[in-house]
Amino acid sequence: MRYLTDRKRAAGLGSSKSGTEHFWHMQISSVALLFLVPAFIFTFGSALGRRYEDVLDYYSHPFPAVVAALTLIVGLIHFKNGAQVMIEDYAHGITRKALIIAATCFSYCSIAIGLFALVKLAL
Amino acid sequence: MAEVKRVQRPLSPHLQIYRPQLTSLTSILTRITGNAMFVTVILIVWWLLAAASGEGYFRVANGVLTSWFGDLVLTLSALGMWYHLLAGLRHLYFDSGRGLDIPTAEKLGIGCLVGSLVLTILTVILL
Repeated sequence: MRYLTDRKRAAGLGSSKSGTEHFWHMQISSVALLFLVPAFIFTFGSALGRRYEDVLDYYSHPFPAVVAALTLIVGLIHFKNGAQVMIEDYAHGITRKALIIAATCFSYCSIAIGLFALVKLAL
Repeated sequence: MAEVKRVQRPLSPHLQIYRPQLTSLTSILTRITGNAMFVTVILIVWWLLAAASGEGYFRVANGVLTSWFGDLVLTLSALGMWYHLLAGLRHLYFDSGRGLDIPTAEKLGIGCLVGSLVLTILTVILL
């Protein structure tokens, strides 16, 4: 007799491998981005095209800098999770794993580089 | 009884068999616009890094982003971003179990397409 419940034996065997956490985290980040993305489009859009000194001055203010930082963090985590779903739909085997690793590396690298730049601009 | 009957079950047709529909088109556009954002991310992060590195490098990155080509890519990015945002809003509404009948879904799809165009024009005018 096995001491595992039916639910426990079935967990992880479906095509999605895991539960609804991924979906739920997409929903959380999407709601956050509903506010962040418009704020970022208008702050970044207003900074773009300015002279160098004005850009430095603009991004030393808290609001545009914090909006840019949050948009990069939340947006790229959202991107990582979304790209993963697309890769899982179209790629298989080792290609799938390699692409997911690449998308994950791209996302975290972009966050790190973006935050480094923003900190340097702000200080 | 032991004999397994081979039944010809109906198979779901392949994607290329389907006539393109508004609902399928707006769905695939959500994915395309979302994933295409990696180009925008590269440009914006590059521009920020250049601005943090000094004036000389900033001129290079700023020159690329404000050139006609940069303008084109960033305007298309804005269009894609607004579309993805509206389509995401639609998905949140779908996920609540509402708006899933075809007439409503098609109306919302048109809303996403037209809305993203309007918001992009507004963005270009304001910025």
